[in-house]
Amino acid sequence: MSALLKVEGVSKRFRGLVAVDRVSFEVVEGAIFAVIGPNGAGKTTLFNLIAGDFPTDGGAMTFAGDPLDGLTPDQVCRRGIARTYQIVRPFPALSVEDNVIVGALMRLADVDAARSRAHEVLRQLDLYDKRQRRASSLTLPDRKRLEVARALATGPKLLLLDEVMAGLRPTETDRMVAVLREINRATGMTILLIEHVMRAVMALASHVLVLHHGAAIAEGPPEAVVRDPAVIESYLGVETV
Amino acid sequence: MKRLWDPIPLRGRVVLVALLAALLIAPAVLDRYLISIFVLIFYFTLVGQAWNLMMGYAGQLSLGHALYAGLGGYVAALLWFYFGIGPWLGVIPAIAVAMAFGAAIGWLGFRFGIEGVYFALLTIAFAEFTRIAFDNMAFTGGAGGLFLLYEPKRAHEWWNLRGGPLLFYYLSLALACGATALTAWLARSRLGYQWVAIREDQRAAMALGIDVFRAKMIAVLISAAMTAVGGVMLAFYYNSLFPAQAFDISRSIEMILGPVVGGLGTVFGPIVGAFILTPLGEGLIAVTDKLGIGVPGVKAVFYGLTLMIIISLRPDGVWPWLKRLIGLEAA
Ligand SMILES: Nc1ncnc2c1ncn2[C@@H]1O[C@H](COP(=O)(O)OP(=O)(O)O)[C@@H](O)[C@H]1O
Ligand SMILES: [Mg+2]
Repeated sequence: MSALLKVEGVSKRFRGLVAVDRVSFEVVEGAIFAVIGPNGAGKTTLFNLIAGDFPTDGGAMTFAGDPLDGLTPDQVCRRGIARTYQIVRPFPALSVEDNVIVGALMRLADVDAARSRAHEVLRQLDLYDKRQRRASSLTLPDRKRLEVARALATGPKLLLLDEVMAGLRPTETDRMVAVLREINRATGMTILLIEHVMRAVMALASHVLVLHHGAAIAEGPPEAVVRDPAVIESYLGVETV
Repeated sequence: MKRLWDPIPLRGRVVLVALLAALLIAPAVLDRYLISIFVLIFYFTLVGQAWNLMMGYAGQLSLGHALYAGLGGYVAALLWFYFGIGPWLGVIPAIAVAMAFGAAIGWLGFRFGIEGVYFALLTIAFAEFTRIAFDNMAFTGGAGGLFLLYEPKRAHEWWNLRGGPLLFYYLSLALACGATALTAWLARSRLGYQWVAIREDQRAAMALGIDVFRAKMIAVLISAAMTAVGGVMLAFYYNSLFPAQAFDISRSIEMILGPVVGGLGTVFGPIVGAFILTPLGEGLIAVTDKLGIGVPGVKAVFYGLTLMIIISLRPDGVWPWLKRLIGLEAA
């Protein structure tokens, strides 16, 4: 299996603060890869760099062999990388269905075809019955699902999920884990997720990267990473696993 | 066409057909004055739809739309005045010039991230600069204006827009219908979805692969073109053009009130707005004149008060409320 996403020594500074510090990793095609780390570790910033929200301060990134650097967010999405936002950004005045149709229209020019695709995705994420509701009327867990649905509808090769389990109840988390696993199994879609909920990380990820103060402090299979003394000290020690 | 027709509930189709039929035969019973009011209603529907595409759908606030109408009117009128080129042909360069200005505004605004109020200021600035330029250009008649001769012997040349109120009634009705159909079609297209996504959250729209610059640019270009067509019609209807009127910000404001009152980002809002505001304005002129209080300003005060009342009662516009009232809300 070849690396779909390759990140090599990528950094990002905000004024004096080094938010991402020479981070390198590779995500193999078809994998589910988790990034964990305490708040402020630089996880979201790393996503923003991959998604083209702002330029890196050094380092290089390639996706399917092509450089990602210098692309705008819409170009990155059209290359096949879809992302969700940790602080969800639904289109508030649009219906749930229309939100997802916007995503589906990235690959499909025809609105009716995009609507059928949107319905499929909404069924997968248990939002089909709420499709006519205004997005602004949804509860937070439903908004998180909508965020995932909209990104999925673009038909990405790589899906970036930023804390989509946060705020979900344990049963809802298990359901989301099952949905993501099924998508990964059925379509081979590669998933890179940031997650605090260790229950979800352990169940989903085949590979984990731990960030702390912007730097990668550990990497490997989840069972090995949670036993790593550096990880326990910096992060897991405070939150009982 | 079928795709526009199918989503309308049966009741809506009946109302729509009845209304259109009534408007088609109405001139038989309308006098000259009432016909002139309908011409204005249809004109404001046309330019209201144009502005609505930009603001109501794509979320870009233009306060300088008079620019496109003025340019359209001047270009077609000058071609007729100097070269005898009829507006049926002159409308093409008129549209082209308006689109070129729209492209310049759009490029400056969207390329350099001038957004919201600052973008609106940019549109005002372009309209004002153009007004000043036209005030000082001799070949356009300067501040004194440009006048098209009304020759009775050519009154039958409808193709040159030389004709009476009836000609302009049907022309403006056709244009208003065309603009509405175009809006309905765009609203249900991929582009329409991209526009509302940008209006709702530009960053999220971008993250879903939408080329925001391109989508906003297209909105400005279509909007400028439609408004220019309205300007051409108005120039040949009034047979006169003055920079101080054609490019004035009050002209731009006039155009946006219809969609705001009727309902932003809806297909029928601009129509409803035009049908409310135009008769209201004209009615106020008539009443204040009759009462002998036709002092300048009185009309504006009444007009402003009425607007404030409507907008505070129906902040989403009259049309969404009216739609529910007459049972047209799709289930
Ligand atoms: N746009 C920004 N401007 C300035 N500082 C930022 C910006 N985004 C993130 N930061 C800072 O970078 C650090 C990493 O933040 P973030 O990537 O959001 O962490 P995480 O997602 O791991 O919780 C934090 O200290 C945060 O305050
Ligand atoms: Mg974060």
